[in-house]
Amino acid sequence: MYGGGNVFEATKFDDLQTEDPAKLAEFEARIARGEKIEPNDWMPQLYRKQLIRMIEQHAHSEIIGALPEGTWITRAPGFRRKMAQMAKVQDEVGHAQLLYSAAETLGKTREQMLTDLINGKSKYSNVFNYPAFTWADSNIISWLIDAGAIVNQMANAKGSYGPYSRALERICAEEAFHLKYGHDAVVHMATGTPKQREMIQAALNRWWPPIMTFFGPSDKMSTHTETLMRWKVKMASNDECRQQFLDMYVPKIWELGLTVPDPNLKKNMETGQWEYTEPDWDEFKRVINGDGPCNAERLAVRRTAEERGAWVRRALLNPKAKYVKPLA
Amino acid sequence: MNELAIKDLLYKLADDQLILGHRNSEWTGFGPILEEDIAFSSMAQDKIGHSLAFYTLLQELGEADPDTVAFTRNANQFHNSQLVELPNGEYDFSLIRHFLYDNAEIIRFEMLSQSSYEPIAKVATKLKGEVKYHVLHANTWIKNLGSSTEEAILRLQSSLNEAIPYALGMFEPSQYEQELIEAGVYAGEEAVKAEWLKRIQAVIEKTDLKLPDLATVEPKLGGRYGEHTEHLQPLLDEMAEVFKIDPTAEW
Repeated sequence: MYGGGNVFEATKFDDLQTEDPAKLAEFEARIARGEKIEPNDWMPQLYRKQLIRMIEQHAHSEIIGALPEGTWITRAPGFRRKMAQMAKVQDEVGHAQLLYSAAETLGKTREQMLTDLINGKSKYSNVFNYPAFTWADSNIISWLIDAGAIVNQMANAKGSYGPYSRALERICAEEAFHLKYGHDAVVHMATGTPKQREMIQAALNRWWPPIMTFFGPSDKMSTHTETLMRWKVKMASNDECRQQFLDMYVPKIWELGLTVPDPNLKKNMETGQWEYTEPDWDEFKRVINGDGPCNAERLAVRRTAEERGAWVRRALLNPKAKYVKPLA
Repeated sequence: MNELAIKDLLYKLADDQLILGHRNSEWTGFGPILEEDIAFSSMAQDKIGHSLAFYTLLQELGEADPDTVAFTRNANQFHNSQLVELPNGEYDFSLIRHFLYDNAEIIRFEMLSQSSYEPIAKVATKLKGEVKYHVLHANTWIKNLGSSTEEAILRLQSSLNEAIPYALGMFEPSQYEQELIEAGVYAGEEAVKAEWLKRIQAVIEKTDLKLPDLATVEPKLGGRYGEHTEHLQPLLDEMAEVFKIDPTAEW
């Protein structure tokens, strides 16, 4: 999964003033021709900075995102689900590994990124600051959060940075299985016993508001991203992704006899656009800045894992070894 | 062949793998490095898959279906060794346990792949290739960390001392031991233990670790007969938490 709702820094015109205009023009021409930018190619500092930020956020989202579903591995009901849940969460950790490597090609080490994560300096997908109370919550995440991530990542896989787009292609292939797994689990709940139906509806009700914020703030309020779009760093606007997600998944939710907890949700047949209650963006900002139900817990878990594993990393350090960037 | 003897053996094999697989899976998201997080998760999936294969053989012998057997028994009905049910502790303990366990497991699988009891021979032949990688993983890490920093060596040594009595408990003979040996099902626990000792010694010799003098170690027995530490029942309760909401439901 789990990329989505990236937070970009506002691009400042000044940032580009210091770049060599001829190199910048050639760089932009390459992107316009659909070429990929590779790690050792010339790139503007701003491009490098925004990409590190985006890939790093995505990688963090994978390892933090492994936590809410990970807590259900040991409680998954029956062999089939237990094995699938393990494999699914393992994939997410594997995605983090791929993505940290992709970000490392731009000059920031995995260690630095993990340090910034536990210090609260870098962000991760905001949805994982919400709890997975029941097995059904875990199913909703597997289905709908992964679905949202696919919408976002399929778009970004066409982006201009070679290592990131190649990582995303591999990730999307695995996500397709997660989506099937999540859907299958939700179908079993929604067509199961009254208790199971009640569990899955309650989980959907809890997760709908965070899901609606998954793609990030409405385009009306997003910081300017024209440069990032021109550079093919950001490939689709937040609202475009959100509309595509609603188009693909709301009918599937309704098909299962589940209801979406938004009385205003409907497709406007004239505009072809979904209308919905505007998500609470104040809450979104509050949570992303640290004040959500699980922020502290998620980071504490990560910090503990880092601290408890520190002796292993120290033991593995070879003083003669030199740091080498991973292959892109 | 005495069916009770075969069932007893199958329960031992299946329960060991289910419980250790469950423990390994608890590392998901918490590993000391991402690569180890992923490795423990892989082994967890293999172990749980292997336990399922053996529970399926039990079902063919008339026992309940694997989900019922795995998710509804109480601790005193489990035949796993106490070694596998102990909490993960720190990574050093999990790694030592994995090393001690899998070096025994591979020997059992090698022997069972030659078994006179064909259903077990088939499953063991099919799965031993996966266990081989678990052993390779354990031995590589023990060799690396076991001769690295003083801190790592101290940690591993203390975990080794702690785990050894439980590891010896893996070889507690079953009440059908003689029968199984005579029928050519496998060579029995004493034989597994003798070979295991050779193999773990060969690895430990390449490190700065020391194997405790086994003559002075009291093995922790009872696991094969349903006697467990206080750690198993809470693990089983957690495992069955959702399943028991409605055991007849399809999840």
